[in-house]
Amino acid sequence: MRLLVALFAGGLFGAGLTVSGMTDTDKVQGWLDLFGAWDPTLAFVLGGAILPMLGAWAIARRRQTAMLGAPIPAPADPVIDAPLVTGSALFGAGWALAGLCPGPALAVLGYGGWPALAFFAAMTAGMIAQPFLPVPRGTRAA
Amino acid sequence: MIPTEWILGLVGGLMIGCAAAVFLLVNGRIMGASGILGGLLDGTGRGNAGERMAFIAGLVGVPLVIALVSGAPDTNLTTSLPILVIAGLFVGVGTRMANGCTSGHGVCGISRFSVRGIAATLVYLIAGGIVMYVGRHMLGVI
Repeated sequence: MRLLVALFAGGLFGAGLTVSGMTDTDKVQGWLDLFGAWDPTLAFVLGGAILPMLGAWAIARRRQTAMLGAPIPAPADPVIDAPLVTGSALFGAGWALAGLCPGPALAVLGYGGWPALAFFAAMTAGMIAQPFLPVPRGTRAA
Repeated sequence: MIPTEWILGLVGGLMIGCAAAVFLLVNGRIMGASGILGGLLDGTGRGNAGERMAFIAGLVGVPLVIALVSGAPDTNLTTSLPILVIAGLFVGVGTRMANGCTSGHGVCGISRFSVRGIAATLVYLIAGGIVMYVGRHMLGVI
């Protein structure tokens, strides 16, 4: 059952990315291009995605477990540390360069041809390498 | 008149949010693309590898089916191999270091009012905007 739900959620995520146009790197790069031909589509996507999740978190806060029995994930400590900031800055740089983040990179993998495969290969290599790379230190309570 | 692309963005965004809500409330899991994939790659997600693989199967499979049925949507992905590789490495390392990407920190984190999610989203948006400005308007490589 968990597997079917995961397959469904992944499929709906992929369909939503396709419908919203977030698989089109021009739209994503256009969003980041504030000083060019700015494209606000991404704000509608992010806003639209946050709406159902506001309701979901409101329900989740009143429950100990999810419907299939797993615990509701505990929130992380509200600490803004160096890995969070450095990692997010690296991610933002790569996101701007290619116009893909991990969700859309998976969504275009099947039909995006060799550039989609090349990006995916490099992204997975980065994910595998990261635990072996130095991590910036420093913590600041939020 | 509201552009069609904005409406599709909102509709697709709502689909993404519903997928995240189902994954949270039924399976008790955060729908973060980089975490789901990264956990499979570095072994930290060994305990629920099946659920992760099912999610990814849906995320890759449904957009592929849409592409086969109604024609592949244009990804407009760059064909510069160096850019693809650098961008992919940055996205892979960055999202694992920061423990999240647009879906985990952005969609799931902001809707939970998570300090880390909101901070990460601000950092990758600002970094993406800066890299886009430098890369497109100063260097002309994007």
